[in-house]
Amino acid sequence: MPLKKPYCDIPGTIVFDAEMSRIGYHLNQFAASLMKAENRERFFADQRAYLDEWPMSEEQKQAVLDRDYNRMMELGGNIYFLAKIFSSDGLSFEYAASTMTGVTPETYREMMLKGGRSPDGNRFIGESE
Amino acid sequence: MAKITAGVATSHVPAIGAAIDLGKTQTDYWKPLFDGFEYSKEWMKENTPDVVFLVYNDHGSAFDMNIIPTFAIGCAEEFQPADEGWGPRKVPVVKNHARLASHIAQSMIEQEFDLTLINRMDVDHGLTVPLSLMFGQPEEWPCLVIPFAVGVVQYPAPLGRRCYALGKALRQAVETFDEDLNVQVWGTGGMSHQLQGPRAGLINQEFDQQFLEDIVNDPETVAEIPHIDYLREAGSEGIELVMWLIMRGALNQKVVEKHRHYHVPASNTAVGHLILENPQ
Repeated sequence: MPLKKPYCDIPGTIVFDAEMSRIGYHLNQFAASLMKAENRERFFADQRAYLDEWPMSEEQKQAVLDRDYNRMMELGGNIYFLAKIFSSDGLSFEYAASTMTGVTPETYREMMLKGGRSPDGNRFIGESE
Repeated sequence: MAKITAGVATSHVPAIGAAIDLGKTQTDYWKPLFDGFEYSKEWMKENTPDVVFLVYNDHGSAFDMNIIPTFAIGCAEEFQPADEGWGPRKVPVVKNHARLASHIAQSMIEQEFDLTLINRMDVDHGLTVPLSLMFGQPEEWPCLVIPFAVGVVQYPAPLGRRCYALGKALRQAVETFDEDLNVQVWGTGGMSHQLQGPRAGLINQEFDQQFLEDIVNDPETVAEIPHIDYLREAGSEGIELVMWLIMRGALNQKVVEKHRHYHVPASNTAVGHLILENPQ
């Protein structure tokens, strides 16, 4: 019997399960490597060359260079590992999250200050606001 | 005999640690959050335990994708703050009660909770932010800490009811230790938050308030919340709340609620906090 994945109908959400973990293994290990100062230094000296040291797909490498976090997650990235990338960039979790939502950091911050994104209209794909 | 006297629940948002470390706790943004921990710091002074059993999750700091433990107990003598990409937090080294930790490990495996034992690891904001919130900025942490890491980064996290049952086994383990010790169990993480994708920023205050109420007075009901409800209602990272059930399972059926605090937002997250005592 196949595994049940009832979370596939949540909008705007990729659940990092064992299958995504398999796809994203090298991408996440690359991100984890940035926890060492000497690796951060080498990465920022030549990002492309550093990425080429990892057996990642071209799509994964490009998504990192583009800092396209939604794309990285589609390709198996896990947000806590990807956090090592934007932390190395000197960016906050709040700022990084805003880039995934298609609004400016200011608009996102304002939304959070007003109590965050409501679950109403955001529970199921296709559900209208 | 060692005894569990109290439980603490709190969120462990990294930005809270940064606000403390950078001296920003009194800004307009952060003050309302930190005001809710003033009572807690006073309570901690009156009720400093010998050991905190601190349930948290690692965020890809000690454990990368090579080894993904579901329940891991720290058995080393001490643990250094992790470098999470911006250098290690300048907080004290975390010192363990290693003899109690190894006793708990053995007892829990005998009770069918097959823990992973960790003899070397760094501890990230998941563990150090709750210590900072409760103790402030001391030179040394005023008690020993047993780190207990729960795997919530990769889905599925352990089920709520498993965590609740684990808390009960933990109590059994602590109460069979031969040294007189005052032990607290802390459950950290949550509350509602989603850090990823176009739905990032989700906060569900209604869910959180109900959770705060029920974890105190009706934990069996909370233990039965299915994973899909956490994901859908409390955001993809809200599932960290299962860790509170380990703390709650380790306490009496009836507890005394000493303190409750809830604040939105801290960065992307709803912050919840409880102090619960076992009646003497």
